[in-house]
Amino acid sequence: MKLGLTFGAALVASVSWASLAAAQTELSMWYHGAGNEVEANILNGIVADFNASQSDWTVVVESFPQESYNDSVVAAALAGNLPDIIDVDGPVMPNWAWSGYLQPLTIDESIIEGFLPGPKGYWDGQLYSIGLWDAAVALVTRQSTLDALGLRTPTLDQPWTGDEFMAALDAAKASGNYEYPLDLGMAWTGEWYPYAFSPFLQSFGGDIVDRSTYLTAEGALNGDAALAFGEWWQTLFTEGYAPGTSQDPADRDTGFIDGKYAFSWNGNWAALGALNAHDDTLFLPAPDFGNGPKIGAASWQFGVSSASEHPEGASAFIEFALQDKYLAAFSDGIGLIPPTTTSAAMTENYGPDGAMAVFYDLTKAQALVRPVTPGYVVGAKVFEKALADIANGADVADTLDAAVDEINTDIERNGGYGH
Amino acid sequence: MASKLTTSNRAGWAFALPGFGLIALFIVVPFFFAFYLSLTNQRLISPNPTEFVGLENYRNLLSISVLSIEPEVDETGALIRDADGNLAYPRVRTFTRDNPDYPQYAGMREWFRWHSGDTAKVVVATDVVFWKSLRNTLMFVLVVAPVQGALALGLALLINQKLRGINIYRAIYFMPVVVSIVVVSLLWRFLYAEEGLLNSILSAFSFGLFEGRDWLGDENTALGAIKAMSIWQAVGFHMVIWLSGLQTISPTLYEAASIEGASKWQTFRYVTWPGLRNTAVLVLIVITMQAFALFAQIDVMTNGGPLDSTTTVVFQAVERGYGKQDISGGSAISVILFLLVLSISLIQRYLTREK
Repeated sequence: MKLGLTFGAALVASVSWASLAAAQTELSMWYHGAGNEVEANILNGIVADFNASQSDWTVVVESFPQESYNDSVVAAALAGNLPDIIDVDGPVMPNWAWSGYLQPLTIDESIIEGFLPGPKGYWDGQLYSIGLWDAAVALVTRQSTLDALGLRTPTLDQPWTGDEFMAALDAAKASGNYEYPLDLGMAWTGEWYPYAFSPFLQSFGGDIVDRSTYLTAEGALNGDAALAFGEWWQTLFTEGYAPGTSQDPADRDTGFIDGKYAFSWNGNWAALGALNAHDDTLFLPAPDFGNGPKIGAASWQFGVSSASEHPEGASAFIEFALQDKYLAAFSDGIGLIPPTTTSAAMTENYGPDGAMAVFYDLTKAQALVRPVTPGYVVGAKVFEKALADIANGADVADTLDAAVDEINTDIERNGGYGH
Repeated sequence: MASKLTTSNRAGWAFALPGFGLIALFIVVPFFFAFYLSLTNQRLISPNPTEFVGLENYRNLLSISVLSIEPEVDETGALIRDADGNLAYPRVRTFTRDNPDYPQYAGMREWFRWHSGDTAKVVVATDVVFWKSLRNTLMFVLVVAPVQGALALGLALLINQKLRGINIYRAIYFMPVVVSIVVVSLLWRFLYAEEGLLNSILSAFSFGLFEGRDWLGDENTALGAIKAMSIWQAVGFHMVIWLSGLQTISPTLYEAASIEGASKWQTFRYVTWPGLRNTAVLVLIVITMQAFALFAQIDVMTNGGPLDSTTTVVFQAVERGYGKQDISGGSAISVILFLLVLSISLIQRYLTREK
């Protein structure tokens, strides 16, 4: 009798708990930024604001370290355990959308009209993901370096040509003041290679795949333009302009600040450190190798997983997060580029006279997203290996041919990736 | 064939069940799964249905042949030579790319070449990187297995003495085994750096004669550097196995040997070594299998570079299966590795059998 009573009470209690919870439906969210306290605080702030602002949804965040984030999502998808909201690296998004991990966003597109193109993740004509920031790369140097070497300061309207760029490297080399004229960041393996270096290839006139069809890399990655790029890339290392693949990661982080390198090809996330070390730090636009100056675009973005039973709630959260104050908060907190002019005006560094405003302009003027195709994931790996091999002295034409073959085989085996 | 094992030992089987079950679930089933996947075009993630492709994955990995290239001649039929007197050969890509006369070489790449007379014999393979990984792995095993086994035996003999504080030495030699291989690899990456400890020491000992070299960034030294580090890291583990073997040898045998007036070498040759027979077989097979599975050091220290000089079979399996999302290709590599290790283990068993 007593047991039955207790059991009944427990039942009543659990039912009433369930009905309480039903008032606010829980939405799970995965984020790649575990370990970064500032980033986590901003995100948790947005989530708390959102949960307090309405009574339908409660967002619960779970953070992962960036290195294992993609693996976790893939594993969760295979196991059927995806959360409602996931963040996704811009160039990987088409792969996940094509694989059926994501569903299109249902946010009001007028909100993102003023956004830079990079943070908008379109695949197959539909918006799948949207970023709260963008990232950009610049040629970092110092005014005193340019003055000492007698070099013209390149501008967005008149960037250096390829010849001017090489002349600048020669001047830096001849001065004998630097260990290497140029730091490309070869120590950063992984996505850095296609993100930072494929724009050089595109400026030469080549690409990782042929973007008119996305069905072949033939001609794009081993055509005349690509061969010219490859030869140029190799001379950077054989002629001692830049440290190669065995660069010490510590040198990558502090080498420019310590004066080991005259120029550094680095992202906006490292800009504050350089500015704090040297007041006269300059962020120069990418050189133009014939097909216009180019830099990469698109960073981490938010999307709704296909497993979500409440896409309207997930989209509501993402829409909520797109407010200017949050975009500005991410920018102030971790130095990212705000995606709108209005949010840029609210930030410390990207306002009209901000120290890093040049990155906003660079992104606007030069940014080109990486190939928008599910096959990019494999293409990026192949490209990375080809560039590392060429830097280490492999034959340029043979290496690029092999890369083309590998990318084409992959596209073929995937039935054209839905293009 | 009703034996004691199957009839009268229910409790024994019940005790073994959890272990057998886990082994079956996590080792036997995945193995057959890998074998099946290697015959399909399974992707890690893809909306496309999986198709059966037969042996295509194996063909892509293993296709290899020799291409003979004649040197270039001018209009008169004379051989063209450059300033140094070297012959000029047409590029391999003129044969392997879009050349309808040589369909058998389509998509292949040069691995290495040698010259027979004026003709260049070029070994071309569809998947040169895989062949290089196979070569690197075999070179690694060939050096690591005997050297690590011998060093471990030497250390075991050294610490198998009754000295005060001998446990300190045992602990020191065993320490690298307990530290995570990832941490060890990271530390050795710093040691091997161009301005790292190793170069500083060599330079100091040679009074500046030795110029620092980039151990992991040079294709001639990268694999050797990883071999040295791997031998150092796991030598303590095998030392302990040797030690356990040494301690099973009865002291009366040593006493008898010393009464007979045996020298130190004779004692080792005729008492110690025969007593270590079974241990030796075990150590050799374990080192061989561990060496074939070389992965973490590569992943942390070189990523297979420079120029594929340190890429290994397991690294390729992971790189393809997970990095490039080609589960079927990765599975095919795993199956090939399994067959390789199995046959080598069987050969070792045969060579070290009781005669």
